Amino acid sequence: MSELMVKPTIEREKGRAILGEAGTVKIRVVDLDLYYGNFHALKNINLDIYANRITAVIGPSGCGKSTFLRCLNRMNDLIDGVRVEGQVLLDGVNIYDSSVDVVTLRRRVGMVFQKPNPFPKSIFDNVAYGPRIHGIKDRRRLQEIVERALKDASLWDEVKDRLYRSALELSGGQQQRLCIARVLAVEPEVILLDEPASALDPTATLRLEDLLYELKSRYTIVIVTHNMQQAARISDFTAFFLNGELIEFGPTDKIFTRPDDPRTEAYITGRFG
Amino acid sequence: MATVVRKSFEEQLQELQDDLLRMGRFVEGAVAKAMRALVNQDVNLANEVIQEDDIADDLDVEIFTKAMKLLALQQPMARDLRIIGTALKIVTDLERIGDHAVDIAKLARILSKHKFFKPLVDIPRLADMALSMVHNSIQAYINRDIELAIQVCREDDKVDDLYESLFDELVGYMERDPSLVEQATYLLFVAYFLERVADHATNMAEFVFFAETGRLEQLARSHRSRPEPTP
Repeated sequence: MSELMVKPTIEREKGRAILGEAGTVKIRVVDLDLYYGNFHALKNINLDIYANRITAVIGPSGCGKSTFLRCLNRMNDLIDGVRVEGQVLLDGVNIYDSSVDVVTLRRRVGMVFQKPNPFPKSIFDNVAYGPRIHGIKDRRRLQEIVERALKDASLWDEVKDRLYRSALELSGGQQQRLCIARVLAVEPEVILLDEPASALDPTATLRLEDLLYELKSRYTIVIVTHNMQQAARISDFTAFFLNGELIEFGPTDKIFTRPDDPRTEAYITGRFG
Repeated sequence: MATVVRKSFEEQLQELQDDLLRMGRFVEGAVAKAMRALVNQDVNLANEVIQEDDIADDLDVEIFTKAMKLLALQQPMARDLRIIGTALKIVTDLERIGDHAVDIAKLARILSKHKFFKPLVDIPRLADMALSMVHNSIQAYINRDIELAIQVCREDDKVDDLYESLFDELVGYMERDPSLVEQATYLLFVAYFLERVADHATNMAEFVFFAETGRLEQLARSHRSRPEPTP
């Protein structure tokens, strides 16, 4: 579907960046609604996610931000009773189209979760898991992929001497970077992160933020976070969700210095939560 | 979503604003006192203004420190952030106004030695205008009053006009009677300092506008080329 066929409405304009230099739209969300049974969890979401930028999604618990994130690689398909309406255009193609292969989609749009969830396998096997699923068998090729992914995830120097030890021996911060390496190993285009630092200590958090900053030149990153300072520190764009609605979207510096909507203002200044 | 009041933060923010109000009233009083010293040729009062300048300097340091602490410890966002950023700007303007009170007091000491060659009319009028601008810009900050902030900026245009006509008048006196040059020059400096006080009030008002709207705009008529003596 061509982007030109998407008619802008006032409601839709809310989620589009005003800046001309914002860059290329990687994911365009159009009139997205999601229901858990009768519960209307996402209401008419319209939002652009820009390539090679970090977009932060903030909002109080239950506002729909994680649900929204999971829509971007169809992780909600795995939940019973979920109904999705509207479109999520990845490079202009609706990922909810029946012709889309979900396995390929999830390779292109990878995900990192709140709690580091390494497989109970070796560090090597964790990172090689995805490429193997996608049919890479050659040992040497796998070694190259694992090394590059671990380097890109800033973990290589810490684990290169113990690649065949269990991943569960790593610290929380290292495990989370391993999960990022696991995503990077399948060469994704978009990385979704659902509160990736909430189980990490401050130092590991800053390392992870540094890593995301490094990665954004090659990937499109969407991060859900409860930590507003984190959103302010690392993201280029911020989307504020409340009760399943996108209240405000814009350049992060604007959202945190002069938001337009009083509800955004109240939330980011800590006056309700 | 329930409303949460950040009690400790709100209190500290209020304290910062109270301090600014205190400093505002103090420097406003200092300029008024310096003007009284000038008009009444009262050396003692002039000396008092000069000695009390430490109070303004201490308040400046105190407010700056509090604002920095709030930034570091509370990580304010949006309007809270703008309010504190504005406090940091305003405190500098207030400190300068305090300095100008001292400048005027020093001139009052010098000018107390000889009778004025004519009664002072326009200079006290200029002082009243500048002082009312200082008063109102602080009031606008405390009361979040955008209209009042805009009004302050408009007043600055009138101050500039009066300053220009004073300049022409004093230069005219000097041209006609060279024996007046010394006193007229000192009076010109007084007028210049008062005009600067009004400019600082305008800066403050523009930042009040920013604190409330998030927009930084030159609200006063843009600076025209005009004769400006440098002390």
